[in-house]
Amino acid sequence: MIRLERRREPSRGWALATPFIAVLLTMLAGGLLFAALGKDPVEAIRTIFWDPLFGPYAGYSRPQLLVKAAPLILIATGLSLGFRAGIWNIGAEGQYIVGAICAAAVALAAYPAESVLLFPAMVLAGALGGLLWGLIPGVLRVRFGANEVLTSLMLVYVAEALLAAMALGLLRNPEGRGFPGSRNLAQYPSAANLEILPGSGMHWGVVAALIAVVAAQVIFARHQLGYRIRLTGAAPRAAVFAGVRPGLLVLVCMGFSGALAGLAGMFEVAGPAGRLSIDFGAGYGFTAIIVAFLGRLNPFGILAAGLLMALTYIGGELAQMQLALPVAAIQIFQGMLLFFLLGIDVLTAYRPRIGKARA
Amino acid sequence: MQRRTMLKSAAAGAVLAGIATVAAAQDDVPKVGFIYVGPVGDLGWSYQHDQGRQQLQEHFGDEIETVYIENVPEGPDAERVLTQLALQGADLIFATSFGFMEATNNVAQQFPDVKFEHATGYMTSDNLSVYGSRFYEGRAVEGLIAGELTESNIIGYIGSYPIPEVIRGINSSFLHAQKVNPDVEMRIVWAYSWFDPAAEAEAAQALIDAGADVVLQHTDSTAPQAAAQAAGDVYTFGQASDMSDYAPMPRVTSIIDEWGDYYIERTQALIDGTWETSDTWGGIDSGMVGIGEMTDAIPQDVRDEAQDLIDRIASGEYHPFTGPINKADGTQWLAEGEVATDEQLLSMDFYVEGIEAAIPD
Repeated sequence: MIRLERRREPSRGWALATPFIAVLLTMLAGGLLFAALGKDPVEAIRTIFWDPLFGPYAGYSRPQLLVKAAPLILIATGLSLGFRAGIWNIGAEGQYIVGAICAAAVALAAYPAESVLLFPAMVLAGALGGLLWGLIPGVLRVRFGANEVLTSLMLVYVAEALLAAMALGLLRNPEGRGFPGSRNLAQYPSAANLEILPGSGMHWGVVAALIAVVAAQVIFARHQLGYRIRLTGAAPRAAVFAGVRPGLLVLVCMGFSGALAGLAGMFEVAGPAGRLSIDFGAGYGFTAIIVAFLGRLNPFGILAAGLLMALTYIGGELAQMQLALPVAAIQIFQGMLLFFLLGIDVLTAYRPRIGKARA
Repeated sequence: MQRRTMLKSAAAGAVLAGIATVAAAQDDVPKVGFIYVGPVGDLGWSYQHDQGRQQLQEHFGDEIETVYIENVPEGPDAERVLTQLALQGADLIFATSFGFMEATNNVAQQFPDVKFEHATGYMTSDNLSVYGSRFYEGRAVEGLIAGELTESNIIGYIGSYPIPEVIRGINSSFLHAQKVNPDVEMRIVWAYSWFDPAAEAEAAQALIDAGADVVLQHTDSTAPQAAAQAAGDVYTFGQASDMSDYAPMPRVTSIIDEWGDYYIERTQALIDGTWETSDTWGGIDSGMVGIGEMTDAIPQDVRDEAQDLIDRIASGEYHPFTGPINKADGTQWLAEGEVATDEQLLSMDFYVEGIEAAIPD
């Protein structure tokens, strides 16, 4: 029989290899699923993973990968700080929405005045909105010991209700024929988050995501904060003896991840989305949790995982168009990715042994 | 290699529309694309559009190819999907949700050789048409039946979003309920979704608890039917699809979205080369608004009365918004005998007199 034996130390080799194995297993199991649906599995996998990058219309889809991946990477990078310390911010979706609301409110308050200061003000408002929304569960945990998993998640629903109220009321486009939704910020020059180079997909949110990745890497590798986060995650009690103030760390991590999620919302509402609508929150905050784990909570891993996730979205759309695969099959496929990753993850901490345990 | 790929990508970005022309020209048969906001299995709005697509495919057989993408969020994702559809060589694209309007408009500008059709919107251009249904005609029929059936004189209405389309339906049903039952009141609960079984069930229950014994809905799930069935003597109407699983009670009739004939007509025009920008708003007469079978739960004389209303609307003899009609604030909207213009209907943002509620804002 096969049994698992705890390794003395987590295996570095396995930690690096598991994401790749998970992707391979997903392709295999996904291929079986697609075959069961009567589609050519090789063609389906090729359509999802190859065509968006090198297919006939890759000139369009490659920049789109950046657009789709940027908010995921930005949010996931923020989440990874807390996750490494065992602080579970599940409510990034709400922080993303509140960041977008705050940024849009600043822009709409200034409308139609043009000023170079408006865009930076929106960036600040978005980050601040997300930061404060993220701090609520942080404070509740530090002050009252409330579990941040629950409170941060519940605040997502509050944020969604707030978004609906804003899209229908205060921030509604007065020239929108009574339909819910704000003015289109992408058509308001001072507020628009446009592509820096036309056709490249590079908007300011992509730049911010790249900066966040590098900054997070520096924090983890070289900064006191990174050391404290890692120490708290590995040995919370030892961390306290080493001078970490756990309450402060919770606030820093919740605030930081909230601010990055708020920034992601800001760049999205001012650029690709353009407007605040009732269903503005498209689930980026939740998908980012998958991205964070897929990237092993490592900044550059998250960068790669975000791009991979975006690839499955865009490739999944192509597969729907070309092979008539149902969207549910694509979603199962994406779910498998996380499932296999977590499943195989066992091997970094445990060694499989065949045979009976030694007495 | 690396450099060549980069150059290729830059070039491809610059000649996006050019690629599309080549792609379209390489096609053997016309390709018709659809994008849906919900899953095709919602048994409501997106389901009915997909029924229309299947009808289209069946009608033309191998002469055309149809493709669809379901569950597309409104916003940047819609724009990407529409662009991909155009790049993949679709010649005619139906964007089947109001929220796709701006995305469709943007993509239509980038692909002047591809024809676009947007459901329930109002933006048109050289290669962008709009189409929708006069659901308010069906609402008039529901209102009449509801006014006759109610014993508590309270009619419940589950709204999706407070937009003109939905407000028009509320007003139309209330006016016709009031005509046959002057004492009738209308209670409105908003679900803030087109499809959310949990929210719809809650809304239906709230209305039933408030005394409503007829519940109308502008949302797509059968959750209100299930809630009505559990409550017993509560009548409902199928929405978007027939929902005949709940016949004869609580579903007593339905408004069915029939898109197939329109899709066939427009695809034929594409094949014949006669496709032109159009603004179609079809009602009961065109078959776009279908009225489901009226069950025995409705007394025969009411069924006759409803059928008469259907016939008079279909023949054009009667318009559901004919004056005198006052707004809720008491000011006159339509004078005696005056008929609302389409422009007035499309921008309707007020309740008519007699509805004791405020439109949320």
